[in-house]
Order: sequence, then C-alpha cells, then structure tokens
Amino acid sequence: MAPSNVEHLLRDLAPQVLGAIARRHEDFGAAEDAVQEALIAAAEQWPEDGVPANPRGWLYHVAVRRLTDHIRSEVSRRRREDTVASEVWAEWAFVPPPEGEVDVQQDDALVLLFMCCHPALTPSSSIALTLRAVGGLTTAEIARAFLVPEATMAQRISRAKQSIRASGIPFRMPTDEERAERLSAVRHILYLIFNEGYASSGGADLVRTDLSNEAIRLTRMLHALLPDDGEVAGLLALMILTDARRAARTGPSGELIPLDEQDRSRWDQRLIREGIALISETLSKGSVGVYQLQAAIAAVHDEASRSEDTDWPQILALYDVLRGLQDNPMVSLNHAIAAAMVHGPAAGLELIEALDGDARIREHYRLDAVRAHLYEMAGDHDRALTHYRAAATRTTSIPERNYLTAKAGRLRERQRASESAESER
Amino acid sequence: MRYMLMMHAPRGTGDYQVSEWSPADLKAHIEFMHRLNNDLTQAGEMVSGEGLAGPGEARLVRAGRNGVPITDGPFPEAKEFLAGFWIVDVERPERAYEIAARISTAPGPGGTPLNMPIEVRQVMSAPPTDG
Repeated sequence: MAPSNVEHLLRDLAPQVLGAIARRHEDFGAAEDAVQEALIAAAEQWPEDGVPANPRGWLYHVAVRRLTDHIRSEVSRRRREDTVASEVWAEWAFVPPPEGEVDVQQDDALVLLFMCCHPALTPSSSIALTLRAVGGLTTAEIARAFLVPEATMAQRISRAKQSIRASGIPFRMPTDEERAERLSAVRHILYLIFNEGYASSGGADLVRTDLSNEAIRLTRMLHALLPDDGEVAGLLALMILTDARRAARTGPSGELIPLDEQDRSRWDQRLIREGIALISETLSKGSVGVYQLQAAIAAVHDEASRSEDTDWPQILALYDVLRGLQDNPMVSLNHAIAAAMVHGPAAGLELIEALDGDARIREHYRLDAVRAHLYEMAGDHDRALTHYRAAATRTTSIPERNYLTAKAGRLRERQRASESAESER
Repeated sequence: MRYMLMMHAPRGTGDYQVSEWSPADLKAHIEFMHRLNNDLTQAGEMVSGEGLAGPGEARLVRAGRNGVPITDGPFPEAKEFLAGFWIVDVERPERAYEIAARISTAPGPGGTPLNMPIEVRQVMSAPPTDG
C-alpha cells in the first residue's frame, strides 16, 4: 500500500484504537502516548511489509504492549520508592488485550473530542492534542504545521495531558447539563484548526493548508456522529463553502486577492454544491445558529458567478439575524459592509461609528481597513488613504499589510495624477 | 502569537563584556540562560533562540556594483548591541512581557541582575481575515 494510503488509514483508525484503550486504562496520557508509538511503528512498517489483515487489531496490540511496558517500568520505579502504591498499580497494569476484533464504540471519537477540547486547556494545547489524539497526526507533523520545533510541540501536548489529569476529566460523555457548552468548545477548536490552515493558503504553505483538510475531515466525522446537530452541520458547511474559494484567494506570490476580485472560475463547484445542499437542508429543519448563518452568508457569496451579482440584501438580512445572536464587533463590521453595499457607503460609515467606543476592536486594523474601503467607495480619497495607511501599520499579517499598502499606493498615485491634471489646466 | 525578544546589551560600561567576568559569574549567567531556554521548551513556547557573537567583528554589508558585498565596520562607538534573541509562541502579549522581564534579570558580575532592556516585537504571523 502506498504511504499516503497508509497515512489515511492510520488517521481513521487512531481515534478508534485510542478510544478502546482509554476506556480500559485510566491513564489517558499514557494510553495516548502508546497509541502514538503504535501509529509511528505502523507508518514505518506497513508501507514496506504490507498492511496486516486486521490493521485495527495490530495497532491495538502494539499500543497495549507499549502501555504495558510503560506501566511495568513505572511499577518497578515506584516499588523502589513506595511499596504500597506499587500494588495498586500492579493490579490494573497487566490487563491482557482482548482476542479478536477491537471493541470499537461509535461514541469513542466523540468522547475524545470532548476531552481534547475541554475548557481547562488553552486553545493552542487543545488544537495540538486534538490533532494528535483524534486526528492521528504525529507530533512532528503538528510541529511542522505550526512552525515550532518538535520538542516545543511535544511539551505542549504533554502539558495538555497533564491538565487533563490534574482536572480529573474522566473518559466519558459529558453530562446533559454540560453537553451544550462542551460541544460548543469542540466546534470552536475545529473552527480554529480550519482557520489556521485556510489563512495560510498559498504554494509555500502546503503543510499548513493540510490543517484545513484535517479540520474538514474531523468535522465530517463529528457531523456523522451527530447528524441532528444544526451547528455542527453549519460549521461543516461553512468550512466547505469557504474552502471552495481556496485556489482563487491568493495570487502566484502568495498575495491576497479579495472576494470581489477573485477569478470565480477557479472556485470549486463540487464543494459549493455540497456546502449549499448541506446548509439548505440544515436551515430547512428550522434551527438557527451562528455557524449556520455564517455558512448561509458564504453560500450567498458562492452562488454569485460574478461579484456584481452578489445578493447583498440577502447577506444584509443574514447579518442582521447574526448580530441579534452574537455580540461580536467583527460581525458588526461585516454587517456595516453589507449595509454599504445595499444602501451606499454613508450607511456603512454611520454604522461603524458605534465601534469606535468598543475596546475589543477600536485598535484593530480591520476597523481602519473597512473604513478606508468605504471612504474610497464614497469618493473621499484623502480619508481613505489615511485609513489604509493606519490599517497597514496595525495589521500583523504580512499578506494583509502588502495588500493594504498596495491599496494606499494606488490611491496616492491616482491623487497625484489628478493633482497634476489640475495644475495643467 | 509570536514575539521576538531582543536582548540589547549596553556597550562600554563593562556590564556585558563577558570575557572580563569571573568564571563563576559567567557560569551563573550561562546556567541562567540554559534554564530559561529549557523552561520555555517545557512550557511549549520556544520557537528559537540564539546568542550572538560579540560586536567586535560585526560588519554592515551592502551590495556594491554587480552585487559584490561592500563591508563596513566594526563600529566601536555604537551605544548598544544585540547580544541575543528569542522567538516565542505565546497565548497573550503579557506572557511575552513576562518572559522578557525574566531575561532582563540575567545575572552579571557578582550575581547582580544586568537589568538589560529587552525589545519585544510581534512577529508578523497573524492570519489574514477573509472578505
């Protein structure tokens, strides 16, 4: 089997094997380490020796053997330190692996997601642990995707597992009372993984764009487990409809191409069809939520074969609903853009004024960038130039800074041209 | 978010002329840095860090005709110089300031903290927003 097929197989099997082991052994951290070692062994051996007849059983047995080795050495270490504790350890240390098929439970992957995205963890450790424990990626792969040394990423993962141990999170479904909040944390972490990859699309960043694919794969899995959750479906649709534009959103040197300038023939129509079908079906069930609304907005954009065909009144209406659900200044800013597209730039500029008092966004480059854009639309080039420059200074994204600087430069050139035309008259 | 922490050593005051320090002071300084780097790795925050050779041999280089390098320097009169840098990946800017403050307490002669200024700059690594 080709290495890439082995990789896909391993990524699918990883949460099943880990789930089966974590259910039997209390020490989630050690179980997770053992599964990772088994995955690495398989990735080395299978492409050479062929995939075993029962790959899941193979992984399970190798992982349990590693776990047992680990516990044996732990027991002998503790025996030296403390005889009493060692007996407790020894009791559950040598559970023999079951014969035959591994006991796979549908919900294991879901329980794993809940654990890895627990609010006791920081977002960056949740992301890393999710990719390893549920996604089946190796520490080296995750480190490469996040551009940090492997030792740093290994520590991030090990600290995440320490937090899990310290807070005593058990390997089981959250209670009904906790469930909604915990599921919302899972969706948020998957969204962050997607964004991390999507934001860095471009030729040189293939390792990072793989993160979007991984986020989509994990969200598909979550959607299959919870088909009735409207927000999970909404999140999946949002990812698919956004990812459909990936090829068109950057130029050959990684430069940013905004939505209205993208070559829409490069959008992935297959993904657009899938995303639209998914979000339409979900909305028809009558549920509503922030991911569903964002997916619906992405769908309206994706449906327009030319930028000027965009149904802005529809987008404005969706942002109105979204604003009612969520107190988020970024949403207010996008709402103002939609209002400007429907009612003219003055309407947008007026809506934005309220955001000057909002500490969450007051200093953010996006506020200046949107203002610049709206002033340019209104023909007020002096103000537009000021805000493009301010936005370029404030952003911490290089493609964004280049884009804003180029915008300011073009505007300045146009001003100069009109000034010299003026003086010639 | 990533930050570059730049340790600027003042020049000519003898504070960071490590070659003139006692072996015990130098050892304490090196151990401090070693512990720091180790702690940053343990915390999952270390991206990279390097100490730079002394400024005595530093050169400024520009391209001359046909791209041939033209070197200038060293510049013994410069007031301070970059002695080393770290790139860290942290959750909040406050954490970067905290690490910088710790670097600033690196021990000098007699174990007295050098209290060097650490320049903290965000690395341009934020994702662009769509739209």
